[in-house]
Amino acid sequence: MTSEQNLFDSVPDAHGRFGDYGGKYVAETLMSALAELERLYRRLSADADFQAELDADLTHYVGRPSPLYHAQRWSQQVGGAQIYLKREDLNHTGAHKVNNTIGQALLAKHMGKQRVIAETGAGQHGVATATIAARLGLECQVYMGEEDVRRQALNVYRMKLLGAEVIPVTSGSKTLKDAMNEAMRDWVTNVDDTFYIIGTVAGPHPYPELVRDFQCVIGREARAQSLAQTGRLPDALVACVGGGSNAIGLFHPFLKDESVAMYGVEAGGHGLATGEHAAPLTAGTPGVLHGNRTYLMQDEDGQILHTHSVSAGLDYPGVGPEHAWLKDIGRVNYVVADDDDALKAFHILTRVEGIMPALESSHALAYAAKLAAGMSPDQHIVVNLSGRGDKDIHTVAAIDGIEF
Amino acid sequence: MSRIAERFQQLAEQGRKALIPYVVAGDPGVAITVPLMHALVEAGADVIELGVPFSDPMSEGPTIQLAHERALANKVRLRDVLDMVREFRARDGDTPVLLMGYANPVERMGHAAFADAATGAGVDALLTVDIPPEEVAAVNAELHRVGMDNIFLIAPTTPSERIGLITAQASGFIYYVALKGVTGAGHLDIADVSAHLARIRETTDLPLAVGFGIKDAASARAVADVADGVVVGSALVQRLAESAGRQDDEAQTIAHAVELLAQIRRGIDGAPS
Repeated sequence: MTSEQNLFDSVPDAHGRFGDYGGKYVAETLMSALAELERLYRRLSADADFQAELDADLTHYVGRPSPLYHAQRWSQQVGGAQIYLKREDLNHTGAHKVNNTIGQALLAKHMGKQRVIAETGAGQHGVATATIAARLGLECQVYMGEEDVRRQALNVYRMKLLGAEVIPVTSGSKTLKDAMNEAMRDWVTNVDDTFYIIGTVAGPHPYPELVRDFQCVIGREARAQSLAQTGRLPDALVACVGGGSNAIGLFHPFLKDESVAMYGVEAGGHGLATGEHAAPLTAGTPGVLHGNRTYLMQDEDGQILHTHSVSAGLDYPGVGPEHAWLKDIGRVNYVVADDDDALKAFHILTRVEGIMPALESSHALAYAAKLAAGMSPDQHIVVNLSGRGDKDIHTVAAIDGIEF
Repeated sequence: MSRIAERFQQLAEQGRKALIPYVVAGDPGVAITVPLMHALVEAGADVIELGVPFSDPMSEGPTIQLAHERALANKVRLRDVLDMVREFRARDGDTPVLLMGYANPVERMGHAAFADAATGAGVDALLTVDIPPEEVAAVNAELHRVGMDNIFLIAPTTPSERIGLITAQASGFIYYVALKGVTGAGHLDIADVSAHLARIRETTDLPLAVGFGIKDAASARAVADVADGVVVGSALVQRLAESAGRQDDEAQTIAHAVELLAQIRRGIDGAPS
């Protein structure tokens, strides 16, 4: 084993740190709950019965493995590398989020917690949580910024149908970060009977690690599928990065494959120059928010800045600490696609391949097209199509000037 | 001896309990904070706890969240808070001032720069809600370099084995969080608080102050019966919010806040010691 291989297995360390990032920056009231979660996770992640239970759910309930689809027509149009789409949009509930909520809900069940809470931006994580809560008969409350409740009305109703209560959050910027603040406040109040299902690879240790582990099914499958379908590993991976769970899930199983280049695509919003974006890795600085040290969108006084992205799921001022570390060591390239790029990619994929992508995933598609155009037709790119676009139809229609 | 340790020692010698009011710097206005601090001292405050405004105050209930939002709307930043303390110190060299806030503004300024600037302004201690003992080494090294205290929280959920970990790094006093939840929530269970304080006293001789859930003279008196100090936050901040809502002038705002603090002072002093 080379030292590089050891490096990627060495994080997080016993304190939950990825180099200088990660950790447990939470109020004392939550420290024992985090320690309990960590102990349980250590035990269950090594437990064959738990893994079998998880695998069975992923197969029979989620519908895994998700296909690796060669987007031939689109690749031809782009005129470069062959583009393959990892079809997380075909999972039950329509996005990669369910891989994680199933895992965490099983942890909640093993801890005997009867109530789960979640934060959500676009609503995909909220829907995935409400779905699992319905199936396990757990009480479920989902915190969602008031602004996002308006933007994602369909998902709000979906959660209600599933029996969850959606609580609009009116503090701060009324988006995902404020929903996370409110979920933390709920958890600190109801820590004895409540499990907090965090939707991304951020938050205090051990969340970045366990969410990553649950999402790694994406990369494990994509790696095996690439070998089976093309006889070799892809030349590049592309995924969008908000908190970064779909990206880490795709990237992590490939980190030791030195020939595989990786691109995490942040939301450029109205353009980096305008300051109205959600690209902390590209344009932010390190700091502490929501339980971990990571790159943040913040001002010179350490106040967290408002973010902007056309996609609610990327509209977050922080990012998972492992991404911060992967950026600093240079293993992953972090780049941006702006609102217009993403919208164009949304329309193109819909028309050329008959696949309507989520606006989040459309950021990855937009960058992948640029990347592919500069590569040769015998090269391969895998793009994580992290979610389907039905939830975004109202947003896209409004931009196109159409009212229902 | 630090100003905080000295103050608790004086109080212990007098058989009195510390009253520690919390207000957010710059709430409801920028100009009111320093005169309000002096008025709180005149009404019986022993230590002033000054909240540093933050955009994402995760441990606060709605009352104090709104205070942070008002202060940020007034464009009050950490450097402005330090200026307020410096101005306060010009007239009051004795009352300890504790800054309470979140990690990021301090991280952004830099631990060493913060320690130098804070001690230069006359700040005595720092309490960061989201820096537990596992993460505190870096900032503590700088605070100790300049002789500042670091105040730690202990919660009802803190297991016994963690109490030693916390008290080993703490100085000044220990802040016991009386209930699971955010600031300003719930109702106090004094018997429960008393049992937890007894458990903490097994590992430390530091004074124990209690906060979260103390609303009035009666609850303050009950807590003072079992603790060395009483922190009053949301109830006081609520008074400031009321004044802001009806657009009281500075004198009216201070009078409305101080009225509550004076009641609480009388409640505490009536407590058997």
